[in-house]
Amino acid sequence: MQLLQLLVSGTSQGCIYGLIALGFVLIYKATETVNFAQGELMMLGAFAGLAAIVYLGLPYWLALAAAVTTVALFGLATERLVLRPILGQPAFSIVMVTIGVGYVARGAVTMIPAVGTDTHALPTPFRDEIVRIGQLVLGAEHLVVIAVTLLLCGLLYALFRFTRIGIAMQAASQNQLAACYMGIPVRRLNGMIWGLSAGVAALAGMLLAPITFVHVNMGFIGLKAFPAAVIGGFGSLPGALAGGLVIGIVESFSGFYLPEGFKDTAAYVAVLLMLAVKPNGLFGETLRKKV
Amino acid sequence: MRFVFKTDYDQDMRLFKHGGQRFWYAMLGLALMAAPWLVSEYQLAQLSLIAIYGIAGLGLMVLSGYTGLISLGHAAFLGTGAYTEAVLTMQGWPFPLALACAVLLSAVTGVVVGLPALRVRGIYLAIATLAFGFILEEVIVRWEAVTGGNSGLAVPAAALFGAALSSTTSFYCLCILFAAAATLVVLNLLRSPTGRAFVAIRDSEVSAQSMGIHLARYKTTAFAISAGLAGLAGALYAHQLRFLSPDQFTVVQSVELLMMVFIGGIGSIHGAFFGAAVVIALPQAIGALTPKLPDALGSAVGLQPTVFGLILIGFILFEPMGLYGWWFKVRTYLELFPFYRRGMFRRQRSFQKSERLR
Repeated sequence: MQLLQLLVSGTSQGCIYGLIALGFVLIYKATETVNFAQGELMMLGAFAGLAAIVYLGLPYWLALAAAVTTVALFGLATERLVLRPILGQPAFSIVMVTIGVGYVARGAVTMIPAVGTDTHALPTPFRDEIVRIGQLVLGAEHLVVIAVTLLLCGLLYALFRFTRIGIAMQAASQNQLAACYMGIPVRRLNGMIWGLSAGVAALAGMLLAPITFVHVNMGFIGLKAFPAAVIGGFGSLPGALAGGLVIGIVESFSGFYLPEGFKDTAAYVAVLLMLAVKPNGLFGETLRKKV
Repeated sequence: MRFVFKTDYDQDMRLFKHGGQRFWYAMLGLALMAAPWLVSEYQLAQLSLIAIYGIAGLGLMVLSGYTGLISLGHAAFLGTGAYTEAVLTMQGWPFPLALACAVLLSAVTGVVVGLPALRVRGIYLAIATLAFGFILEEVIVRWEAVTGGNSGLAVPAAALFGAALSSTTSFYCLCILFAAAATLVVLNLLRSPTGRAFVAIRDSEVSAQSMGIHLARYKTTAFAISAGLAGLAGALYAHQLRFLSPDQFTVVQSVELLMMVFIGGIGSIHGAFFGAAVVIALPQAIGALTPKLPDALGSAVGLQPTVFGLILIGFILFEPMGLYGWWFKVRTYLELFPFYRRGMFRRQRSFQKSERLR
């Protein structure tokens, strides 16, 4: 029973990591850029939701939609203003720009008077509710996380499988130049991918908020989603979720069975092992350049 | 306008390209030597910090700027050096020996971290170094018997040949000396075959390999040298601040080091010191401006990271060579005086190169 309990809490935490990792992978697949600001986008999402609930008085689910829309627009704007001008520059520079964006986002939120430096509890309809299945005691917020993640995966799958735009995105991510020749508007798609990925991050933020709290440093959880993305193989969407689950479960077990201090580093030990054994990750593809 | 007439192939490899450079660097050296009489004690301490951060920046420059390997865990090397130095000095080891051990241990750590670099690259390497940085940070927090954990560690002043270098001036001289030595080492390294191999690896691994460069060996060497320099900076840092705690060596610190070399100008020796100067001077500049700003803005905690991030974004968007790029343009303008053209440094548009294939 203990085992199952740990498994469920690990899974729900892993879903959060998976959602953030999904954001990394979406952007990486489309533009070959690693977005180090993903965790900060999540933080922005949580703060946007907080503002919608506390200041506008919206119910939780409406606030969720509002937060996702706001942050998605922010993602679009970031791509347009900061990333498109340096398209084609070395990958290293682009990574540094995303680090800079994250830095500015964190600093700017801290600067909001009376809100930025505090820790807030997000009022939700399912807060502190407990579901009992047999002997199993589950927090409702954990179940909501798992359910929403499953739903989102279904939606994303449908998007990439059945819609014109999803298929265009797939084409662009496989070969940008060829997609461009086929008349696919690659630049606009890149912008949309950024919006989509920022929206997913905001969703993760709103789901995480009831479990932890809303504060300016919650974006650092994004640094734990990196190992998730690597374990899954950086270019694979199902891999990102699987990697997230692996990290979440490993973390929850090592927090219980191993001495203090191992919980926080478990994700990194796992990723180092993975890189040593199978650098391409669980679902990664191996491509070689021929000279 | 200056015209350098080359009569010898060795001229391309000299440390000083012409008499003007020799003159100006001599002037810089004189100014640094005269600084204890010219500036206040507080400013002198800030200059020492610039020298220390500059050494760390040089290390990162060798790795990221010249070998093209990203490291998001450089604060860990800094921490290794700092804690080794602190612990050994407290055991009563003489300063030079403790310093040598700190540098060596950091270099060895660098080699260990560099091992994954032989198999992975690009973003995977960044994440491997990030992971290592987190693990080392946790080790510093948990290994309380040696590091003092979160309560921190007080470090005695450096002592050289029995005389304690406890005054700001004497320690400043030590820092400047080490900074100059580190710069010379890196400059000489970069014009040696090893340095050329680093640059070749940065520009194209495949072609470097086909020219007979042993990738694994040179990447490991780059990691060792870079980590060794960071360890040296860490050891000096420990004596400068006299107090160490784990939160000085977090991943945020690693990211800030990387931002520092980017603002200074990636791929240039000057850049390391320019970047260090920005990092040290920025809080002072903001502090000086605070009374003039509206209260809500001036007293906000997040002002400094926001400005730092904006500077970084601005430089990458408009001046990818950082502060060094500005300096370089001004110098070129003066050297070519009537013939400078506006388009000389226009950025080339390039296609995105895929890193997925390798």
